[in-house]
Amino acid sequence: MTDTTTVSAAAPAQPAGPPIIHLDGVTREYGEPPTLALAGVDLTVVEGEFVAIVGPSGSGKSTMLNLIGTLDRPTSGTARIAGSDVGRLLDAKLSALRAYRIGFVFQQFHLADGVTTVDNVADGLIYAGVPRTERRRRAHLALERVGLGHRLDHRPSQLSGGERQRVAIARAVVGDPPLLLADEPTGNLDSVSGASIVELLHELHEAGTTIVVITHDAELAARLPRQVAIRDGRIVDDSGRVA
Amino acid sequence: MRDRTDGIEDDRRSRLLGRDILRLGTTGLRARPTRAVLSALGIAIGIAAMIAVVGISSSSQAKLQAQLSELGTNLLTVQAGKSLFGQDAALPESAVGKVGLIEGVEQVGGAATIDGAFVYRSSFIDRAQSGGLAVTAVTEGLLDVVGGTLAAGDWLNRATSGYPTVVLGSKAAERLGVATVGSVIQVGEQPFTVVGILEPIDLAPELDTSAMIGEAVAAERFGYDGKPTTVYERSTDERVGAVRVLLPRTVNPAAPEEVEVSRPSDALAAKHAADQAFTGLLLGLGSVALLVGGIGVANTMVISVLERRREIGLRRALGATRGHIRSQFLTEALLLSALGGVAGAVIGTGVTSVVAAVNDWPTAVPPEVLLAGVGATLVIGAIAGLYPAIRAARTPPTSALSG
Repeated sequence: MTDTTTVSAAAPAQPAGPPIIHLDGVTREYGEPPTLALAGVDLTVVEGEFVAIVGPSGSGKSTMLNLIGTLDRPTSGTARIAGSDVGRLLDAKLSALRAYRIGFVFQQFHLADGVTTVDNVADGLIYAGVPRTERRRRAHLALERVGLGHRLDHRPSQLSGGERQRVAIARAVVGDPPLLLADEPTGNLDSVSGASIVELLHELHEAGTTIVVITHDAELAARLPRQVAIRDGRIVDDSGRVA
Repeated sequence: MRDRTDGIEDDRRSRLLGRDILRLGTTGLRARPTRAVLSALGIAIGIAAMIAVVGISSSSQAKLQAQLSELGTNLLTVQAGKSLFGQDAALPESAVGKVGLIEGVEQVGGAATIDGAFVYRSSFIDRAQSGGLAVTAVTEGLLDVVGGTLAAGDWLNRATSGYPTVVLGSKAAERLGVATVGSVIQVGEQPFTVVGILEPIDLAPELDTSAMIGEAVAAERFGYDGKPTTVYERSTDERVGAVRVLLPRTVNPAAPEEVEVSRPSDALAAKHAADQAFTGLLLGLGSVALLVGGIGVANTMVISVLERRREIGLRRALGATRGHIRSQFLTEALLLSALGGVAGAVIGTGVTSVVAAVNDWPTAVPPEVLLAGVGATLVIGAIAGLYPAIRAARTPPTSALSG
């Protein structure tokens, strides 16, 4: 890594590695007339961090997740994810970035009904060209990692909300991506299940995965090492930023 | 901290294995089987209609071919046409004998309709009810020439043809109500004994409605002048063309243009050809059904794409390229219409074999028609799936998160 000038290395107890997310003056406009969802955001996350992006609904945090997840491109400014400039990559390159380097966890889980948990998780490797038998083997391991080794052949409808979110997390990490993005991962869960999901994310973080959690839940955010508060498309507070 | 490679140097690409494309293509069908069946039904009906039409037509063709090869195509008939002045011409007395002398002619027979003579079951029948039956003076060789067979009794021979004996065509026997030989019927107001009853004759249906008597007795009782109305001849297969050219000049050298030569097997084939025109119409209807079926598939796929925006978004988040999404939906459309095509081929073949069995035809569905039918459905599936697949690929990746 050569570009180390903007790394937020000053935060104590933060791992200081190369930046995996680097947003520089990023804006995003939607529609006609344009409404500004993100109004110039600078954010750097280095490898090994565990960050919460907090804000009320409509603050632009989902837009930010889309940009970090390379599902969307900035209107202006640059977004470098895992070293690649998202605004300049072709669809195939962006897709490869998502296939190998980013795992997604959604509030609504997005599991396929009528498909067993192991096959749902195995789908996380389908676009990496992994053959089915190998996919299922690794899905099995991922499910054990999230504590669902005994639920391999269940269907999503037979699982509790917390278990479903665990399946979704297993799918996100089955390809061992360096970056895990979670959009309101506890939003649809009761507090006990939610706490166990946060615990699981902590375990994954300790194993080396960089995790970014989007949430409007200040209590959840407070338990994470770094909080980035966002409001009206701007970062209003960042606990990891050099004071 | 695990060792991570720099993204800039990472040239791994999103990849989707061929068998996974196929597997993904079936997910939509498996998720909504009823919808899949209903939308494939349109194509199935179209293909079934076309295959049944072609199959039924070629089955009846196969039957005709079998019939023709059994009956032979070497039978020619010679009839008197019209003279140049529009009068009915007659064949000369010697016609049968002369035809027999042409090179290649193997069998020859003659038949002459006796004008003004009618057939009745008994003398008490109203004279107006002639039943449309003709009295025909025939040569002894006629039966073999036309390939006739006896249902009962015997054909006329040298002994019986000089006496008032009659052989009835199948329809004549039916209309007269004669089922056994030995009955006495009225031929031209004179009692004749029935000595034989024929089976239907495919190549000479005019004899089915005839009461056939010997030439000698015809001359004696009805003043038959020996001039035949029709001469039937069979030659070797190779000589049919040459004989056909020679016949008019041989029969009537003075006025060959007054002689009409025809080939009864052609008439059978022509009747079949008339049925084929109807086949073309049905084929047209089948292709309309196929078109409607294709539109049905396109419609189903468009709806499916709209409903599955989140799934598409999720797949994009998992690393699918636009091309992968496109192939998934295109495959689904192809499978959907192939499903219809295969079902249609099975139904069409089934309908053909039922119709063939009912009509006592051999079942004949040309394999190339089956292949063409299933191939056509793949083309339809590709066309019907293209627009929905492109739409699916354009679905923004953010769809998994929004809503």
